[in-house]
Amino acid sequence: MKLYDATLSSRLILGTAQYPSPHVLSSAVQTAGAEIVTVSLRRESGGAREGEGFWSIIRRLGVRVLPNTAGCHSIKEAVTTAHMAREIFETSWIKLEVIGDSDLLQPDVFQLVEAARILNEDGFRVFPYTTDDLGVAERLLRVGCQVLMPLGAPIGSGRGLNNPFGLQAMRSRFSDVPLIIDAGIGLPSHAAQAMELGYDAILLNTAVAKAGDPINMAAAFAKAIEAGRIAYLSNPIEARDMAFPSTPLLGMPLLS
Amino acid sequence: MTIVCNGSKREVENRTLSDVLCELGYGQSMLATAVNGRFVPARHRDSILLGAGDAIEVVTPRQGG
Repeated sequence: MKLYDATLSSRLILGTAQYPSPHVLSSAVQTAGAEIVTVSLRRESGGAREGEGFWSIIRRLGVRVLPNTAGCHSIKEAVTTAHMAREIFETSWIKLEVIGDSDLLQPDVFQLVEAARILNEDGFRVFPYTTDDLGVAERLLRVGCQVLMPLGAPIGSGRGLNNPFGLQAMRSRFSDVPLIIDAGIGLPSHAAQAMELGYDAILLNTAVAKAGDPINMAAAFAKAIEAGRIAYLSNPIEARDMAFPSTPLLGMPLLS
Repeated sequence: MTIVCNGSKREVENRTLSDVLCELGYGQSMLATAVNGRFVPARHRDSILLGAGDAIEVVTPRQGG
């Protein structure tokens, strides 16, 4: 899988928040074989050194980081956060979130497109958290995004793919663009479903971090994502309404 | 003078952003800064003079989804 300048073998991108301990976080990332993890920026008090402690854990993992603009509600906040992230993490990658609705944490797609335009012009590699709206996707590509990250369901909800039809249409329309499901995944089967639709990767956090056993859940997601990918490449059958016998009728003995 | 650092009022003696960060205990921390909502790159911290009432934001790496 190629995302901007990076060629990756893992199709699971893991968030780093909400784990019961740093050790569990590290083990989950390693067990999943994740090559990219998402991180954020937050305020720190003088002398606290909390950020450095977290960063040393991530550095030891040897993975790429994808900083986010989580919690930003305006273009200005998101762009400023992106600049801060580029300086601290020394990467031009940015997971661009501009939140429009506080209850469902849906993106404000109008501000998202403009923020993406500004950041792309400034040399960032933008990973926009968006919807499955094809018109918005087209505009994000037009302003320079080379990856799209539609949500599966509201962030942290674990509901899976709310609109498989829309996601499939997006896959069909943008067949050459890397598409990553970002948010809403709760179970490995949700991730497998997205991969079977032809999505390139899954970005998730809560479903692993808040599981009873995050390390084993990370392993389960890695297997599901791999299985879904192989299934997609194997050209699945079309669903049908009526039964069709799999065992040949020809040669059946008359026994009645 | 009184400035606002990460939302809290603070009394500081220094004027440059670099010196104020040291005064507030940030020292050589791995951090990024903004003044009055505008990003200030590390290389500019020595030349940014703060005034009374200025608001600085100091952020460091954190867990994120």
